[in-house]
Amino acid sequence: MMRQILAGLVVLAVGAFTLLLLAAMQSLPPSSSVDLAAEVSRHLAESGVRHPVTAVLLNFRAYDTLLEVAVLLVALFGVFVVAQPAGGEPPPAFTDDVLGALARGLAPVMLVVAGYLLWAGAHRPGGAFQAAAIVAAAAVLLNLAQILPAWGLPRAWLRVGLAGGLVCFVVAAAPVYVPGTLLGFPPEWAGSMILAIETSLLISLGLLLAALFLCLALDREPQPQSPPLATEDR
Amino acid sequence: MSTGLIYACSGALLFGCGVAGTVLLKHLLRRILAFNVMGSGVFLILVGLAQRHGEADPVPQAMVLTGIVVAVAATALAVALLRRLAVPAGTGSSADA
Repeated sequence: MMRQILAGLVVLAVGAFTLLLLAAMQSLPPSSSVDLAAEVSRHLAESGVRHPVTAVLLNFRAYDTLLEVAVLLVALFGVFVVAQPAGGEPPPAFTDDVLGALARGLAPVMLVVAGYLLWAGAHRPGGAFQAAAIVAAAAVLLNLAQILPAWGLPRAWLRVGLAGGLVCFVVAAAPVYVPGTLLGFPPEWAGSMILAIETSLLISLGLLLAALFLCLALDREPQPQSPPLATEDR
Repeated sequence: MSTGLIYACSGALLFGCGVAGTVLLKHLLRRILAFNVMGSGVFLILVGLAQRHGEADPVPQAMVLTGIVVAVAATALAVALLRRLAVPAGTGSSADA
């Protein structure tokens, strides 16, 4: 009874808050004092890319992006620490020829699409994050189709891949290109520097996002005492 | 009411649903999902409010783009913690944990 009253109170409070939020949004002033969109379009020519979102992400507010990549790496460390292969019964493994064929056919196409998105980010919606999400999705698909095994703790090359994007970004952030300015890109070099950062970010973020899934998927591996189902069917 | 404002209002409703779910649901996986619904609501508000007068503002869009990726990483960490908790306890319910 007590719980139901509490739940009712929570629902009432959340409902009231949502209504206040809706009312506040209706009564917002038509424009804020700082027009960021106009600022971005005024300086777009100096950014090295032609798409405003990419310009904001990798030039005007590159701090956010740099720290975000660091956050992703730290989150992956957290997953490494807590995700250990558990004992007990493994979930039933399944093999599906249709899924396998689909994954084998789709994965190369997804990699090509990721490469295109990376290139397109300079002048239209796209960029390293979207491309990395597609790379990671390809890895998850291959893992679900039991083509790509789950990952344990990364060895040397994978570590280089996981941390490489952040390292490249930090090197590009060094205050030597525009003396005294962190993350300052000289306009004539900005385009190639952004492309280099985005390429390294694509590899690193793709591996990071894939690793977040593949390290958690480790428990799905068949236990040593039970024969793997994949060999039974073939 | 412009399209952007409709997106923002839907975001506010999603945020409310997410808050209620995070507080009221018992199962930890559902709480993680509710937390994600909450985050999606915030993203919709940010993007919707920024383009309520037609033209899209690239700054909130870039913020939301990074926010989505961080939300994915945070969710993965939360699921990893949940699994660590659920394997010995045998259940994901917060009542048993």
